[in-house]
Amino acid sequence: MMLSEIDAQAGPVQVRGTVLTVRRVDAYYAMTLVAPAIAARFKPGQFISLAVGGPDTSMLLSRAFSIHDVRPDHGGTVEYVFAVHGRGTQWLAERRARDVLDVTGPLGRPFPLPRDPVNCLLIGGGYGSAPLFALAAKLRERRCEVDFLLGAGSGDRVFGALTARRTGRSATITTQDGSLGARGVVTDMLDQVIHDGRTDVIYACGPMPMLRQVTALARRYDIPVQAAVEEAMACGIGVCMTCVLPVIGSDGITRMSRSCVDGPVFRGEQVRWDDIGTIPSDAFGAPGWETRSRQAALAAQGERQVEHRSGPQAQNGAEPAGQGQPARDPRGPGREARGAGRPDGRAPRGSSSGRRGHAG
Amino acid sequence: MPVDLRAKLGHVELPNPIMTASGCAGAGRELAQFMDVSKIGAIVTKSVMLSPRSGRATPRMAETPCGMLNSIGLQGPGIDAFLQRDLPWLLSRGARAVVSIAGASVAEYAGLATRLSDAAGVTAIEVNISCPNVEHRGQVFACDPAASAAVIEAVRGRARYDIPVFAKLSPDVTDIVAIAKACVSAGADGLSMINTLLGMAIDTDTMRPQLAGLTGGLSGPAIRPVAVRCIWQVREALPGVPIIGMGGVRTGRDALELILAGASMVSVGTTIFHDPSACMRVLRELEEELTARGVERLADVVGLAHQARGMAGQTLRRSTRIRGS
Repeated sequence: MMLSEIDAQAGPVQVRGTVLTVRRVDAYYAMTLVAPAIAARFKPGQFISLAVGGPDTSMLLSRAFSIHDVRPDHGGTVEYVFAVHGRGTQWLAERRARDVLDVTGPLGRPFPLPRDPVNCLLIGGGYGSAPLFALAAKLRERRCEVDFLLGAGSGDRVFGALTARRTGRSATITTQDGSLGARGVVTDMLDQVIHDGRTDVIYACGPMPMLRQVTALARRYDIPVQAAVEEAMACGIGVCMTCVLPVIGSDGITRMSRSCVDGPVFRGEQVRWDDIGTIPSDAFGAPGWETRSRQAALAAQGERQVEHRSGPQAQNGAEPAGQGQPARDPRGPGREARGAGRPDGRAPRGSSSGRRGHAG
Repeated sequence: MPVDLRAKLGHVELPNPIMTASGCAGAGRELAQFMDVSKIGAIVTKSVMLSPRSGRATPRMAETPCGMLNSIGLQGPGIDAFLQRDLPWLLSRGARAVVSIAGASVAEYAGLATRLSDAAGVTAIEVNISCPNVEHRGQVFACDPAASAAVIEAVRGRARYDIPVFAKLSPDVTDIVAIAKACVSAGADGLSMINTLLGMAIDTDTMRPQLAGLTGGLSGPAIRPVAVRCIWQVREALPGVPIIGMGGVRTGRDALELILAGASMVSVGTTIFHDPSACMRVLRELEEELTARGVERLADVVGLAHQARGMAGQTLRRSTRIRGS
């Protein structure tokens, strides 16, 4: 990564954050911490990492959560949403006002913002929707239209349905048990929502299978997807190397990229969703990768001719975008939405000409 | 009066004994966001190999009581990228770089030592002969005295004469003293102890191993007693050989425990994952612990626990008095 980026003033800080409130929100908890330095640096899509269990804790790994909201009160507060999954999150749920937590943030690469006013579809699975509302506010500042598509297993697990309905141009809800909105999963409604909203760009956060399907469906319309992944992390700051996933760089080479610093937001097309949990044989550093990678590059060469204009921005796999400059492509994601050169550095899986025509 | 914290890494003097543990701090750059990397004794870099390496599949970690299992598998960009990018950065920040190297063969270690000898600014080399996340145990050189000696001899022979070479040992052996002696005979200037212990965890819901690589290295406070024991045994057998101690150090008091066992320097590892500036805190706490005990020089307490019962305190008082007079 570039020195100037990580050393920038906008980088993360480690602070003692005082708990302001912990409240139940349906099936989840929301905690607000007083952490002015983090609030001041925050950009939508970024996350915080918390030490849990106190100084003599037996739980050594930090817990990472998307930042839901920041507010100016008390000098600057940070709110995040979590579900109780184990002892660490149980401990967090038991915190009370005035407790002090060791918190580091804001971490990770935020959602890139479009330069032009475009139609944005924000898709959230479960409490993966938490980071989308701050994003929506930023998008509206840029006069973008915001549609929401939120889904979960049941109504109490759809985080932010009311806010979505109140603030979005449209809000579509799906639940697997049909207790809220349409019965089914978000991808069942995706075609319709894209058509109705004339979607130019998709932002998504949720479980990996959802992100994979959203990316695959959006690809049919040539709509770029900015996907925030939820990968297990030990540190959140880029040193432990546990949260890696295969991501294709602008040079066409797949690297095992860290979702904490190279992500959590990736261009959907650059993530090899089907290969998560494996080391692809052509991944940088895999045994014999060079030969395989070269073959793949040759196959992709024709396609890349059109892509070099957008070369430097497709950086996810190769070099993480700095926190100070989230949108490497000055045109913003919306601009590539239809008919533009493929923003990623790889050949599409099928014929590209057919796909582009399909969008209209 | 401030405590004299200077520590000797072989013949190289460091301003203080606290370092990062290899594999827990990258090449220092990420931590520089949270602390001044030149303020600690040294940054011990993540083990670098000759060629780029993708590492193992995910999941790569599991939290265990007071510890964690990791199964990274030495993912890294290789020595070329390290020399081009990481080492110059560390130097530009005024940090001291202890470069950890790992290889699959004696020749690879030799090649790495040669490359490092041509580079400026290598404070020391830590030879990782004990990474547990390799295809088979036969590849863990530190499990066998002859294999350990072969690697160390190759590295010592290629490394520049003025760069100390430390061998990083595995606690997963019957007799760590035999391995330590083999490494020292082969030319190691010092020893690093301990690497992670080979461990495993099974998810009782999926009824499958939690790690994609099945087994992983156990680290964290859970293994600190093992580290203390290993350092103790080796210090007892080889009192003149400098030791970098690591294994579950979370506080300054933990660091002091390893120092009393015989470590001249202490690396902080897994604790960094939930406290990115942990090295600075441990350094501050160590100074406080020493001050509270009336210790003026760190060197006075290295291996002090080996003194006969009742003697440790006396020795300390005497040395303090002598300097005071």
